[in-house]
Order: sequence, then structure tokens, then C-alpha cells
Amino acid sequence: MKYVVCLKQTPDTTELPKITPEQALAGNEGATLVLNPWDEYAVEEGIRLKERFGGETVALSMGPESVDQALRSALAMGCDRAVRLWDPSFADSDYWSTALILARGIEKDGGADIIVTGKMSVDGNAAAVAHGIACKLGIPLLTQVARVVDVSDGRITVERLLDEGRETVTAPLPVVISVVKEINEPRYPTFIRIRKASRTPIPVLSAADLNIAPEEVGQAAARVRWTHLVKPEPKKRQVTIIEGDTPEEKARKLLDYLMDVEKVL
Amino acid sequence: MGFEFLLTEEHKMIRETVREFAEREIVPVAAHYDETGEFPMPIIKKMGELGLMGIEVPEEYGGAGMDCLAYVLAMEEVAKADVATSTIMSVNNSLFCHAVLTYGTEAQKQTYLQAVASGQAIGAYALTEPQSGSDAANMKTRAVLSDDGRYYVINGRKSWITSGPVADYIILFAMTDPDKKHRGITAFIVEGDTPGLIRGKVEPKLGIRASATCELFFEDMKVPVENVLGEPGMGFKIAMAVLDAGRIGIAAQALGVAEAALEASIRWAREREAFGHKIGEFEGIQWKIADMKTRIEAARGLTYSAALAKERAKDTGARYTLEASMAKLFASETAMFCTHQAVQIHGGMGYSKELPVERYFRDAKITEIYEGTSEIQRLVIARHVLGLRGSF
Ligand SMILES: Cc1cc2nc3c(=O)[nH]c(=O)nc-3n(C[C@H](O)[C@H](O)[C@H](O)COP(=O)(O)OP(=O)(O)OC[C@H]3O[C@@H](n4cnc5c(N)ncnc54)[C@H](O)[C@@H]3O)c2cc1C
Repeated sequence: MKYVVCLKQTPDTTELPKITPEQALAGNEGATLVLNPWDEYAVEEGIRLKERFGGETVALSMGPESVDQALRSALAMGCDRAVRLWDPSFADSDYWSTALILARGIEKDGGADIIVTGKMSVDGNAAAVAHGIACKLGIPLLTQVARVVDVSDGRITVERLLDEGRETVTAPLPVVISVVKEINEPRYPTFIRIRKASRTPIPVLSAADLNIAPEEVGQAAARVRWTHLVKPEPKKRQVTIIEGDTPEEKARKLLDYLMDVEKVL
Repeated sequence: MGFEFLLTEEHKMIRETVREFAEREIVPVAAHYDETGEFPMPIIKKMGELGLMGIEVPEEYGGAGMDCLAYVLAMEEVAKADVATSTIMSVNNSLFCHAVLTYGTEAQKQTYLQAVASGQAIGAYALTEPQSGSDAANMKTRAVLSDDGRYYVINGRKSWITSGPVADYIILFAMTDPDKKHRGITAFIVEGDTPGLIRGKVEPKLGIRASATCELFFEDMKVPVENVLGEPGMGFKIAMAVLDAGRIGIAAQALGVAEAALEASIRWAREREAFGHKIGEFEGIQWKIADMKTRIEAARGLTYSAALAKERAKDTGARYTLEASMAKLFASETAMFCTHQAVQIHGGMGYSKELPVERYFRDAKITEIYEGTSEIQRLVIARHVLGLRGSF
């Protein structure tokens, strides 16, 4: 079995509020870059699949050299190898082109049985790349995966987390799954793995390696263009602190307030 | 900041991992453990799994195989979240593991180092006695070789032993030849379940309340000769050399709590208003912040430089007493200064248990006392610089 985790490097969420629309549009957020928090769950699941069903887990990402850091985090958590896809022509690729590059990367690396992605990225928030990869590879996609029940006889069975509840579905391999945070609790990298990860070379595959022409990717091929970006005003809310000598008194006042003033009860 | 250039990718990953771990696993429970004085065993176990309990110990002995700078960075991050937890970590790493790694036999390393470095067991270091703290050579605990030469019989007591109530293995210093004074001291590795080892009650303390400290009593306790660490008579030298390493850990711990105090103060100075202004707009507050920041960066310089000196010593065998003492002295006084200023900047809230600032203040004080008081560090430094003899 082979599992490929597709991951992205994104700005640290605690620094997101500081980023201006201009910086975001220019693609230079000036923030600390970390492994996309949603992808931590994907990396963890990729490693757990290997631990449960055997095989190899490979971390894959498209991006410039700085992305090695996110790939090293994945290695430090327990991925066996990492591969980075980069070429100057890849810059400013939209979701569709990114999916193409990742799909070619997976093929070039010898394919995969299960491709794992996070639900979405905290910067783009589009949740479209997993769909794109499945389309490009012509294989099924299972989204909102909250539990991998089983992998056997060339099939995967998962639980999907829906608004109405959970649904158990099965699909033939190879497959793309995109996971939600309920699926697991990502582990911390151990010091020994960090040491190994920081010494593991990360090969880079270029456009030529992937057989991708410049007009297929980047700004030239982008179907989605960001024309306008605004930052919502922070919401200002009124805060009322309920005073009282005892918890009971405070609770009574809160209840009165909810019933008489807000009339929500 | 200024010292980032010293750090490799690996160092940065370690710092990031420990920071995340400390924020998620230690910060939320630190006040609870401080309040109850319980030993934070679940956290210590998790830290062991990550590799935080034997950072500089080679992989073959259960450690993480990293350098002293990695140890310092990790200590800093843990101490930022909770000083008590970092105290337990420091005794394990720089006192217990360092001593066994440096002076232990292969068999001792396989048994004791392996267990403590991998976090499966907890180590302690027992030097201080009721009548001998700074003047450690004045110890009364006696170890007498049995007639058949197979074991030592130890009688006496040790006080203030960090992790004493829970330790699985203890490095114990005892007098084997009182006539020779400090040259008559021998170091032993004592197993926690040895008959004759009696643990006193946990000391109630001002700060680092979650790090359990107690007295240890020895009543005709038999320790096999195989458990002598180093050579008989070498104990005092071992005790002092090990403290050199320990002091770098305490410096990093002090640096961590000082940074926590500064970060809290910056947040508060930006938010809190008085007289229609953010208090950070008042010069009186700005000066405090400026002094805190400057001292922290100076302490960082001394601490990282001591870590590098220890790293070089791995090749040369040289001592790094001066660097370690200067780092410990300056960083611990910086911790006390910064936590004191932080309480002041927070006003009444600095005195309240609702914020961790009062805990930082209580916890910081210990860094000026243990592993050699500030007065002793000044003596060590002065004697080095003046070329005088003297052992501390
Ligand atoms: C929480 C805690 C944890 C500890 N953990 C451990 C441990 O794990 N293992 C261990 O062995 N010990 C431990 N200790 C003991 C600690 O190292 C000693 O308390 C410390 O070395 C000071 O010794 P003392 O308490 O006997 O003070 P004293 O030596 O009696 O000192 C009292 C005062 O006199 C000053 N003084 C002493 N001599 C001189 C001098 N020559 N010139 C100027 N001033 C001087 C000191 O600086 C101090 O201000 C711990 C202590 C505490 C409080």
C-alpha cells in the first residue's frame, strides 16, 4: 500500500488578522509559514493508515523552497519520504492547475492507493484541490472523512461527517480522501524524528520532470482570478458583565435578562 | 532576534514543537498543578515520549541525541509555560543524565540512563543536607564499605531533593573518607526501592509547587559497589562538574520565565487603559519594558554562549564553569527582575490568581537559589577571574 498526503504551507493562523489584503493579493503575507492546520490531520491519518495497513506514506507539496519546512514537519511526524514540486512557471497557479501539478506529481512518483488531503487550507478556504486531484486522476473522491473504518480487498470504507449525522460509504482504490479534524489527534513529532527529518533530502520535481507545459499552469492558465479582496471589519460587540454575590444570584439575573430583555427564552 | 543565526533548522523545529506542546499541554493545567502541588506525572510522561527527558543523551542510551543548544531552547519553552515542570525536566536532563553519561560505566548507562533519558523513569540528584547547602562539602551522610567489599552501608539524610518523592533513581553523594574532606566524597546511583531509603514529606513551597521536593533519609541502606558512579573519592568533583551543566539548564529556565513575564506585560501594556491612555503609552511603563527586553537579550546571549561552550567541551574535555555561572547568575536575576516588573505593570491583576503573572513571580525566585545561590555564582566567577582557588 502507498499513501500520499498532499499538503500546503499556510500563514500561522494567529497571524492571519495582521495580514492586509494587499499582502494577500501580492502572495507575500509576511507571516510565519506553517503546515496548514487542516493538513496536520491529513498527515496524521496518512501515518495511521501506514501503521494500520502497512506500506509507505509520502508527503507531497507544490511550492518554493520554503515549503520544505512544512514537508519536514510531515517527515518529523512520521512520513517516510517527502517530494516537492516546483518550477517558476507554477507560481500563481489556481486550484485547478495546482490539482494538475499534484496529480502529475503523484503519477510521477509511481501512483498511490490512497491520497489524503486536509479539508481545506486556512488561507484559500476553497476546499477544491482534493476534487481537482480526483478529477485529473479519474478516481473517486470521499470528502468529510471522519474515520477510516477499513481498507481491504482493494476497497476503502469510511465514515463521512455530514450535517445530518454520519454516513458510512465504500469506494474502490485508488481513491482521494479529504479528512476533517474529528478524524484524529495529530501527534507531536519526537526529537529523534525531528533530527532525522532535518537531515532527509527532499527531492524536487520540475515542470519538465512532470511533463507540464508553461501554458498549462500559473497565471496563464488560471481560471480563477482574484480581482478584489477586502478585509471584514472586526465585529464590535457590547459586553455586559452580570454582577452578583453568589452564582445563584448571577444565574437568576442572567435568566431574567434572557427572558425579559433579549426575549430568547 | 540577534542570536537566530546560531540556530539550525533542527533547532528551530525543536523550538516550534516544544512551544506548541507547551502551549497546548502545559499552559492549560499549570495553574491547577501550582494550586494543588500535585506532581504533573501525565505531562512528564508525554514529555518523555517526545524526547524531552534526555535531550543530549545519545540515541543508543534512549535519548534524543541533540546538542546543548537544543536543550536550552526546549527548556526555555517549557519554562515559559511552567517553571515547575521545567525543574523536573532540568534535574532529569542536566543533573541525572549528564552525570551518568559522563561518569557512568556501560552497565550503568544501559540500566539507568536508558530508563531516565527515555522518560520511563525519573531521576534525582541528592547533594544538599540540612547543615550543608552552599557549603556542600560539609556533608554528614556516611557510606562505609562492607567487610566483604561488596557494598556500602549508607546512613544520613539529604534535604531539598527535587523529584525526591517520586524518583526511581537517585544520584547520591556521601562521605566515604571524612579525613580527606571533599576528596573523601563518593557518588552513588541509588535505586528508589532500596531498603533503608525513606522519603520525607513533600515540602510546601513558595513557588515551583508542582515540582515535588522532599528530604531523603538513609538508614543502613546497602548500595552495591557496582553502583559507585565514577571512582570512590571523586564525588565532589562529579557534583561540581555536573552542576556546571545544570546551571546552563537553570539559566535557560530563568530566561523562559522572564520571557513569559515580558510577553504578558506587553499584552497588558497595550490593552490596559488609565487616564485615557493605554498604559504602554506612559514613559514609566515603557522604561520597564525596555529594561526587561534588554536584560532578556543579554541573558540569552550568556546562556546560548554557555551552551556553545559546553558543546565545545565535548571535544576538548574543558570545563565551562565560568560561562555556566555567568549565565545562571545573570539569567536568574533577570527572571526575578522581569517577573517583579510584570506584577507591577499588571497592578492589582498582577497580584491576582486569575492571571499567571503572580505565579511567574513566585516561581522565578528559586532560580536565584538552587544549583548555587547568586552569592555563590559571584564567588565562582570572581575566583575564576582572579585566579583564586576554591571549590563550589
Ligand atoms: C525548591 C528547591 C529545590 C532544590 N533541589 C535540590 C536538589 O534537587 N538537590 C540538591 O542537592 N539540592 C537541592 N536544593 C538545595 C539548594 O541547592 C540549596 O538550598 C542551595 O544551594 C542553598 O543552600 P542552603 O539552602 O543551605 O543555604 P545556605 O548555604 O545556608 O545559604 C544561606 C545564605 O547565605 C549565603 N551564603 C552562603 N555561603 C556564602 C558565602 N561564602 N559568601 C556569601 N554568601 C554566602 C547564600 O548565598 C544564602 O543567601 C533545592 C532547594 C530548593 C529550595
